[in-house]
Amino acid sequence: MDPVTFLIQSLNGLQYGLLLFLVASGLTLVFGIMGVVNLAHGSFYMIGAYLAFSLASLTGNFFIALALGLVASVVLGLLLEWALFSRLYHRDHLDQVLLTYGLILIFEELRSLAVGDDVHSVPVPAFLSSSIKLTDTLSYPVYRLFMSGVCIVLALIMYVVIQRTRLGMRVRAGTSNRDMAEGLGVDIRLLFRFVFAFGVALAAFAGMLAAPVSSVFPGMGSQVLILCFVVVVIGGIGSVWGALLAALLIGFTDTFGKVLFPDYAGLSVYVLMAAILLWRPAGLFGRAT
Amino acid sequence: MKYTPPWWLLGITAAVLAAFPLIGQAFYVELLAKVMIFAIFAMSLQLLAGVAGLVSLGHAAWFGIAAYTLVMMAPKVDPANLWLTLPAAVGVAAVASFVVGLFVLRTRGIYFIMVTLAFAQMFYFVFHDTSLGGGSDGVYLNFKPEARIGGHLLFDLGNPVHFFYVTLVAMAMVFVLLAAIRRSPFGHALDGMRANERRMRALGFPVMRYQLAAFTLAGALAGLAGYLAACQFGFVNPELLAWHESGNVLLMVILGGLGQLHGAIIGAFAFALLQEGFSTVTKHWQLPMGAVIVALVLFLPGGLSSLAARLRGKKS
Repeated sequence: MDPVTFLIQSLNGLQYGLLLFLVASGLTLVFGIMGVVNLAHGSFYMIGAYLAFSLASLTGNFFIALALGLVASVVLGLLLEWALFSRLYHRDHLDQVLLTYGLILIFEELRSLAVGDDVHSVPVPAFLSSSIKLTDTLSYPVYRLFMSGVCIVLALIMYVVIQRTRLGMRVRAGTSNRDMAEGLGVDIRLLFRFVFAFGVALAAFAGMLAAPVSSVFPGMGSQVLILCFVVVVIGGIGSVWGALLAALLIGFTDTFGKVLFPDYAGLSVYVLMAAILLWRPAGLFGRAT
Repeated sequence: MKYTPPWWLLGITAAVLAAFPLIGQAFYVELLAKVMIFAIFAMSLQLLAGVAGLVSLGHAAWFGIAAYTLVMMAPKVDPANLWLTLPAAVGVAAVASFVVGLFVLRTRGIYFIMVTLAFAQMFYFVFHDTSLGGGSDGVYLNFKPEARIGGHLLFDLGNPVHFFYVTLVAMAMVFVLLAAIRRSPFGHALDGMRANERRMRALGFPVMRYQLAAFTLAGALAGLAGYLAACQFGFVNPELLAWHESGNVLLMVILGGLGQLHGAIIGAFAFALLQEGFSTVTKHWQLPMGAVIVALVLFLPGGLSSLAARLRGKKS
């Protein structure tokens, strides 16, 4: 592999990993803090992408669509937590799996009713649509760099919020010991509601960002969901940093797997997961139980 | 919580099912056979999720692997030999679930749910991406398997009525087998591990070995269902292993009632009834189905088999 191809594939792997991190971090936070398995998390990614598609064609501006979509996804998250998820905290994982599975069916059908089952593309905003020329034949699209940049900024913001603010302290306290945090006067119900809405918004935002690159299609939610599970399994439940590392690992494994072993590309990520499970069953950053 | 329906009720159910092809239309005979296949599939998951307490969201993998095994073994121009292909398909499913069990049983709870899903997805990609089984298009099974004894044709799975009875007998055998297992020391040990794994370990039970045995057996029985499904559909494609199948079978188990063997059968019938009912009304049948699932979780946590007990005013 020549250096330029290597650079391009590395950038692709990075971008893919970072995007996966955005989706998976919401999932791992909701797991870690609320102990809820949310199968519908992939649907939020799908909803985000479709929001980007319909709002961008409605308003004609991708960034207005992003802003509106973000607000809509936060509202959706708050509503869902209030109406459904708040009733699941003390229930069996099985009930959580079932309810969120039902939600997937509902979201998929609503999507089908509202937008149909066709594949749609979302145009890349004009000033980001150029490419950087690397050699005579190879170039790298600016929009992908933009995506990576946005993801890095968001990851940094998350780092600051979680590690350096009072809110983040409460979130961390909730992850390590929910009852103790509640006993010390943290309003857990309110915290849960906002963490959940934040997770929904992250997933939807990732979907919106990805829409111009991946186009929007019906199965996109479950595809991402399963990869997020792999991220969480590798990184360890509840660990945001584990999710970051795992997502990047998967991004690179998948990207280079496609280049090096194109016939078995779909498998490489799962082989990685199996190897890590053998080595550390609780994930890289997980606490052994 | 544990409730076994009286034998006379089971007997009547079996008799009604057995009489069905004599009166029912061909369409319903095939539909009922399909439902019974799913009942076998759901019972195999019941052993795992309801008895051993291991909630797998990747159970369709074994179903699909066995289905593929049959189609790949079957000769192109002759009917396959049932005595050869059935043990092979079930065996391959058992071996695959044994190997995967070695990995996934290192995890518990939420992890177990996610890891089983991820491994099933891995098998999905094996069939989807490689040319092993015809890729994403799948493969046709040109001739259904038949069973012969000394050159005399015993039954032919290409005949819907033969197929119906073979499936009915298979379902009854799986029910009896699993009921016997529940009453055996092995079943009681699994019950104990579901309730308190640490205590069972302290009592000296090799927890991992018991759970691996349950996981493998459940995989093998799911393989039996997959074999029958491949016979009935006449083709296989990667969607047999897709996680929607795993979700649906888990739904049947919970719909009927977790931990109740007959609940898995009730669940499979209820699921098929709902699916058929909704899909005659709208092509977006998953929307009302999803709403039913959500309502079920919120209002009827014990599943349908707890309904009778509730109506009688007993504590479920």
